Amino acid sequence: MIAAAPIPISVADLKATAFTLRQRLVTTSATAKIPHLGSCLSCVELLVALYWQELRIDPANPDDPDRDRFLLSKGHGAPILFQVLAERGFFPLERLEDFGKAGSFFHEHPPKPGYIPGIEAATGSLGHGMPMALGMALAARIQQRPTRCYALLSDGECNEGSIWEAALLAASQKVHTLTAIIDFNKWQATGRSQEVMALDPLAAKWEAFGWHAQEIDGHDFEAIAAALVVARAETERPSVIVAHSVKGKGVSFMEDDNNWHYRTPNPEELAAALAELELS
Amino acid sequence: MRDAFAQEMTRLAAERTDLTLLSGDIGNRMFDRFKQVAPERFFNCGIAEANMMSLAAGMALSGLRPVIYTITPFTTTRCLEQIRVGVAYHQAPLVIVGTGSGLSYAELGPTHHSLEDMAILRTLPGLNVVAPADSVELVAQLREALDAPQPTYMRIGKKGEPPLHGEAAQLGIGKANLLREGRDLLVVGVGPILDEALQAAEAVAAEGCSVAVASLGGVKPLDAAFLEAMAQRFHHWLSLEEHGITGGLGSALLEWLAERDGPPIRLKRLGVPDVFLHELGNQSYTRRQLGLDARGLAYTYSSQYSQEIHSSEWT
Repeated sequence: MIAAAPIPISVADLKATAFTLRQRLVTTSATAKIPHLGSCLSCVELLVALYWQELRIDPANPDDPDRDRFLLSKGHGAPILFQVLAERGFFPLERLEDFGKAGSFFHEHPPKPGYIPGIEAATGSLGHGMPMALGMALAARIQQRPTRCYALLSDGECNEGSIWEAALLAASQKVHTLTAIIDFNKWQATGRSQEVMALDPLAAKWEAFGWHAQEIDGHDFEAIAAALVVARAETERPSVIVAHSVKGKGVSFMEDDNNWHYRTPNPEELAAALAELELS
Repeated sequence: MRDAFAQEMTRLAAERTDLTLLSGDIGNRMFDRFKQVAPERFFNCGIAEANMMSLAAGMALSGLRPVIYTITPFTTTRCLEQIRVGVAYHQAPLVIVGTGSGLSYAELGPTHHSLEDMAILRTLPGLNVVAPADSVELVAQLREALDAPQPTYMRIGKKGEPPLHGEAAQLGIGKANLLREGRDLLVVGVGPILDEALQAAEAVAAEGCSVAVASLGGVKPLDAAFLEAMAQRFHHWLSLEEHGITGGLGSALLEWLAERDGPPIRLKRLGVPDVFLHELGNQSYTRRQLGLDARGLAYTYSSQYSQEIHSSEWT
């Protein structure tokens, strides 16, 4: 049986965890040549808040049927999710030494469940994770389990029609145990997300689709925690948290520079990034 | 077949609490009894098949056994990537049912024909691809699929297909049966079109052409033991499917034959040629136009038989 709730943790500790994870993330990106660094850096606070404050999960018992489900619908954020899972205790940190190596399970996107503890679904093809989370939430309702389901989406991912199909059905089914969080960093692979597919007003779109929508600063732990509390209190509608974020957050020369969608740091850039993350 | 499916689903809903039924906004009234038995386990997922397929995968990963039901093109090629990733890669134990498959909805036009589904879906690792010939086979395969650890795709017909399998048939996934004994030619087919094959066999019997008809049940997995036994007896095969000629049953059999040790088998593929059909009529009309009705098949049997008895190469 799942531990009732995560152990209370201070904002200072959450921030410290976020810094540690950012350091490991940029180091791995540089050494293993793993891209999507900007996309990973933009959702660090969201993942830390979820894994240390919100999710009812037990790293020692990752397959508990009553656990909450977190699906990284933006599967290209796997490099930071792997760091989160290791730090949270799902597997030893040393396993990440294989990151990017031939034959390793740790590469750019999560594999299907069964290979890395804590991974609920193989994502990476955008638009799959959130509908799967909806299916898991409906399953929990049928099975009368306490499970809540969470999906972390990118703004680019909201180009996919399947996201809006799922949004419509979640609303008609009143799946209030489903929370979608959008890491709204305003970029997709090759351009500003608003210019590619006219997402704005994003929160209003979700609201029009029958969801309870909140807009927050996706790097503010207190705001994230407050929004998750509000989402949990919803008893009718599914919830979306539109989390305004900065792609590349935490490393000044990566912030809001979309080149870091694909680039990986060279040794000088890694040193500069780590220096900033140390100083912070 | 549709009604048999709905009735069996209702029985199964009462038997197992993990069964869910997801419909893509079709089957009006057809699932009323299911909804009475298990209202909380029926979902009209709307006209949104990509979401329906991923959602079903999510349900299956959480321990349920979803059955997804809509018209064949929409539950297959429309959401192929969701099947590939969510269902096949995850080995999500669920059943995808394509109704009105092949030319069942011939008069509805190419948008509603499904002549590629078996070819495409049998390329996905870990996905069974079955095509029951009658309601009895459908029920057996559905029950086996719901107990299987891997997903199954099942293409079914519409209404009024006659029973073809006898009581002695061993039905299931990857299980073939001989529907009619014969001596000269072997028809290996899947689906309700085997009714035409049997009528044609009866018609040519008077000419002295003795045609055996086998029901293979699906294209993946193949019943290799059955095929091997048939290969020992028949050197001249005809594959029959209400599906395009490319990539389906005929192709699967050619692949199997190519890698088999033993004397060569001559195989002619019967199915829909590599074209979209847009001069429309109902299923019977379209089969007739394509030479896939009993009369057309009888003609093919006769000509193949004549070739066979005049060909020293294959005798």
